Amino acid sequence: MTKTIRIATLLSLAALPAMAQVAAEHPGATSSAGMPQLDFGNPWTIAQVVWMLIIFGALYYVMAQYALPQVASVLEARRARIEGDLESAQAAKRQADAALAEHQSATAKARAEAQAAIAGATQKAQAEASARSEALNAKLAAQIDAAETQIATARDAAMGALRQVATDTADALVTRLIGRSDSTAVAAAVDRELAARGRG
Amino acid sequence: MAAEGKAIDALSQFELAPFLGAVGESVRFSQSNAHMLLAFGLITALMLWGTARRAIIPGRLQALAESGYEFIYGIVEGQVGSEGKRYFPFVFSIFMFVLFGNMLGLLPFAFTYTSHIAVTFALAALVFIVVTVVALAIHGTHFFSYFFPEGAPKALAPLIIPIEIISYLSRPISLSVRLFANMVAGHVMLKVFATFVVMIGSAAGVLGLIGAVLPMAMNVALVGFEILVAFLQAYVFAILTSIYLHDAVHLH
Repeated sequence: MTKTIRIATLLSLAALPAMAQVAAEHPGATSSAGMPQLDFGNPWTIAQVVWMLIIFGALYYVMAQYALPQVASVLEARRARIEGDLESAQAAKRQADAALAEHQSATAKARAEAQAAIAGATQKAQAEASARSEALNAKLAAQIDAAETQIATARDAAMGALRQVATDTADALVTRLIGRSDSTAVAAAVDRELAARGRG
Repeated sequence: MAAEGKAIDALSQFELAPFLGAVGESVRFSQSNAHMLLAFGLITALMLWGTARRAIIPGRLQALAESGYEFIYGIVEGQVGSEGKRYFPFVFSIFMFVLFGNMLGLLPFAFTYTSHIAVTFALAALVFIVVTVVALAIHGTHFFSYFFPEGAPKALAPLIIPIEIISYLSRPISLSVRLFANMVAGHVMLKVFATFVVMIGSAAGVLGLIGAVLPMAMNVALVGFEILVAFLQAYVFAILTSIYLHDAVHLH
């Protein structure tokens, strides 16, 4: 079909110069007074219309049967293509949106986890630190207690020795003064004196 | 083509001549019909060849074919409505046939078949017949109510009905004369000013050559104007056909 039309077109294109020549060679071949278009007595005027009806009929047939359906299908194909492309673009956008939301939720989750881990670690460290300081406090308190006990013992020991020293000194003094020793009375007097001073 | 003697011969361009001598003579195939055949070939080539590649992104020829299709489709759909789809090939063929007739006629040495009242009247009569047949096929005898608008006072019927009938019957005349007159006027003007160029240019030496520039410039402007008219008249023919089809389908 297309090939036939191609040939027909080329033929009619080639005929154009020939037409011009014919028109030039036949000036006034059917000439008459007035406008040639109104010369309805001229058989060529009517023949022209008959040929026109044939050619126009052929044009209508080719347009209605082949040309216009073809153009319509091309336009329809393009419309379908554009719609399809738009649809796939929208689908891709939906997919991208979903991926973005997923990514955001994953990020939020990771952040929350990290926060929880940090808080846990901090708490643990604080607990450990407080436990350690408590232990240290306890140890220090024990050491202080021990030291105090030691001091008390040493003082008591010193106090015990003091009594001995006082008794011996007092006995020695008494012996020098009166020439004899009464260690029992001296010890009792020392005890009495210590008790009076609150150190017995 | 040139003027014979001093007379301006603007009408011989419309004379019919046999195409290819004896061959055309034997079947009365004139150069006018040859141009119709050329138009047929060009339109077919544009529409079939142009869109043969079925490109998604159209080339120039395909874009031209598609915009022609959509232009006329828009007119038919806009005027007739969705029922107009059936008549689209007819309106499209009419438009293209008239458009190519007008445009081809502007080429040098070419013949303008739309400058013949017999041709334009035959086309207009074809439109008239198609429209009337469509109207009768759709509405039957109810079609005749078209000649008396609803709600008009009955007393005015003797006046309205003849006016409506006359206006309906005068459609092919106005349709054909409009196209014919536009084409003839344009080509006569072109021929007259072209003759002036030759007459003035060959009359008075250097002065004449300078003087011939004016009608020459006029012709250049006229050709541009005629291209506009060629398109406009084809458009008018197509849109009036669509309006008549609207009346046929919807009755007012």
